[in-house]
Amino acid sequence: MMNKLRQKILVLYLSNSALDSTVKGWAVYDGTGREAHTTGDTNIAPYKTGLLALQDGWRAIQFPQLIPPYPGHELDTSFLKYEFIFEKIEEQHD
Amino acid sequence: MIEQSNLLDNKQMALFVAKGYLRFDEVIPDDINHAVMAEIDRGIKASPAGTPLSACYPDPSPIGKMLRLPLVAGLIQSLVGPDPLFDHQAVHVRQPNEDSAQPLHADSIIDTRTAFDIQLMYFPHDVPANMGGTLLLPGSQYRRVNESDIARYQNMLGQVQMVCKAGTLLVLHHGIWHCGRQNKTNEKRYMFKVRLNPVVRQLRLWNTDNLVSDVGASKPIFTKETNAIEDVQTILARSEPWFEDASGRLEIVNRVKMWRYISGDDRFDVHYWMTRLENTP
Repeated sequence: MMNKLRQKILVLYLSNSALDSTVKGWAVYDGTGREAHTTGDTNIAPYKTGLLALQDGWRAIQFPQLIPPYPGHELDTSFLKYEFIFEKIEEQHD
Repeated sequence: MIEQSNLLDNKQMALFVAKGYLRFDEVIPDDINHAVMAEIDRGIKASPAGTPLSACYPDPSPIGKMLRLPLVAGLIQSLVGPDPLFDHQAVHVRQPNEDSAQPLHADSIIDTRTAFDIQLMYFPHDVPANMGGTLLLPGSQYRRVNESDIARYQNMLGQVQMVCKAGTLLVLHHGIWHCGRQNKTNEKRYMFKVRLNPVVRQLRLWNTDNLVSDVGASKPIFTKETNAIEDVQTILARSEPWFEDASGRLEIVNRVKMWRYISGDDRFDVHYWMTRLENTP
């Protein structure tokens, strides 16, 4: 039996640009296929802050860039700004 | 003629402006609920887009009966005015034991208007927690996104999972982020939706009795007094759990702009957020 390595992705939407700020939204995608997550499946955040995810073994692989607003659109709101992406590499058992 | 008592009041309007929806639990009688379920099985006839609502769902249509109930007619009148246009209807079905939910989305396409459409969501049967009731994100209606661009957002603090009894009604701002959740039961889950477009300027269409006192005077800000009274300003200042620190303040500005639009009061403000920016002596 051969074990394969697969990526598991955690996306955390934080309250500001600091990694230790609080989690406001989240998504999980599991490349091993062991977990299946979908929209609205839980009201409980996996971590209270981004830093707690690091301390639990998640590796941060993307930080959101800080981009100034377009002139004339300083007050507009749209997508969530503070999207941090993490990964774990886990074994997929055949 | 719709009785004044059936119109929304100032604080209900403020809640709609703040959260993007209002919820009315168990307000549709069971005889209509049962008749609508039977009508869904037969197929509910839709009118062409742009038909005046008064020409849609003639008697004995159960959907027509629902829409003409005084409470329902009153909230329609309060939000989009007399005889709005029928846009479209949909019977949303969440199939039994689905693998996943619908992606989070805002309906139609990105919409840059201040004028707004409403969508009525009507739940004609009980929806328990595991049956995939609609998911709503309160306060998301002013975030300009194009349909399912937001699909990667699986869960947000403060999201509302609709769990309700038969005869419950939601009325939504067209821009609110929502989706149908995963149905884990062995039964189909139904929801009837209809979208309505205003044909009048949406200006003080609700019951504006006591508007001045309900709006409230300017207050000392960043103090205990700021939100001590449950007036329009306090309702519009209330943050949603998912709001980011900085953008959450911009959402209050979005609400101020909407209240100015529907009230015609161009000097209205919530705790000085806009007034400060508009001071350019």
